[in-house]
Amino acid sequence: MKYARMGSEMRTPLARARGLGSAKDGASHWWVQRLTAAALVVLGLWFVCLVLSLLHADYASARAALARPWNAVLMIAFTAAMFWHAQLGLQVVIEDYVHTRWREIALLVLVKFLAVLGALACALAVLRVALGS
Amino acid sequence: MAHMERPISPHLQVYRWQIQMVTSILHRATGVALSFGTLLVAAALLALAAGEADFATLRAFCANPFGQLLLLGWSWALFYHLCNGIRHLLQDIGMGFRIEQFVRSSWLSVIGSVVLTVLVWGYVLMNGVAG
Repeated sequence: MKYARMGSEMRTPLARARGLGSAKDGASHWWVQRLTAAALVVLGLWFVCLVLSLLHADYASARAALARPWNAVLMIAFTAAMFWHAQLGLQVVIEDYVHTRWREIALLVLVKFLAVLGALACALAVLRVALGS
Repeated sequence: MAHMERPISPHLQVYRWQIQMVTSILHRATGVALSFGTLLVAAALLALAAGEADFATLRAFCANPFGQLLLLGWSWALFYHLCNGIRHLLQDIGMGFRIEQFVRSSWLSVIGSVVLTVLVWGYVLMNGVAG
């Protein structure tokens, strides 16, 4: 795999076996940020189109639109990717600019908790609309 | 030795402003703004699930001037982060690293985001918003 080969000359055999690097969690943060970014390119454009298609919609037709299976699935995918990507991005900003360690940790934990809560709340809201309760 | 005045690395104010710098700063700024924008998406979905009254409140909020301004800023931030995000993904696979390409793609991100924002709001204004 080209991706795995790229950095191989730069690391010691032990570092390569551990696969972690200076960030202590390897390339996973970087990789998931790109993965969610790629997903959000498609899902974001879909979201804008959906919102524009609902400009004239009253409550019942907006609900009916979201309740359609594809829209419900894509909306849950969009909000999950959105909160995940936002959390990863905010993590980097906090790590860069918050220099008091306990504040940094507290903010990182807070952002993670809020992101998970947000994603769960959105998923539940979509399910309630889709399942009609 | 430890307390010697050491040269510090140059910071923002000593650089001549250039477009690559602007796009980099804007990418982070719009990312943070959009993180707060996620709350609007969540609020809309929760209102839709909660019932007609909550949905009407959300509609009214989005329709007043402050809400419209918020939506305008939110949509531009989204389109900017989208355009520049695609630019970054292409750079991540090794494309566009020559200086002139770098400058050109920076301008493309900025101009593309404005064009998309104008297109969307042009569509909204032409079609009118339901009351």
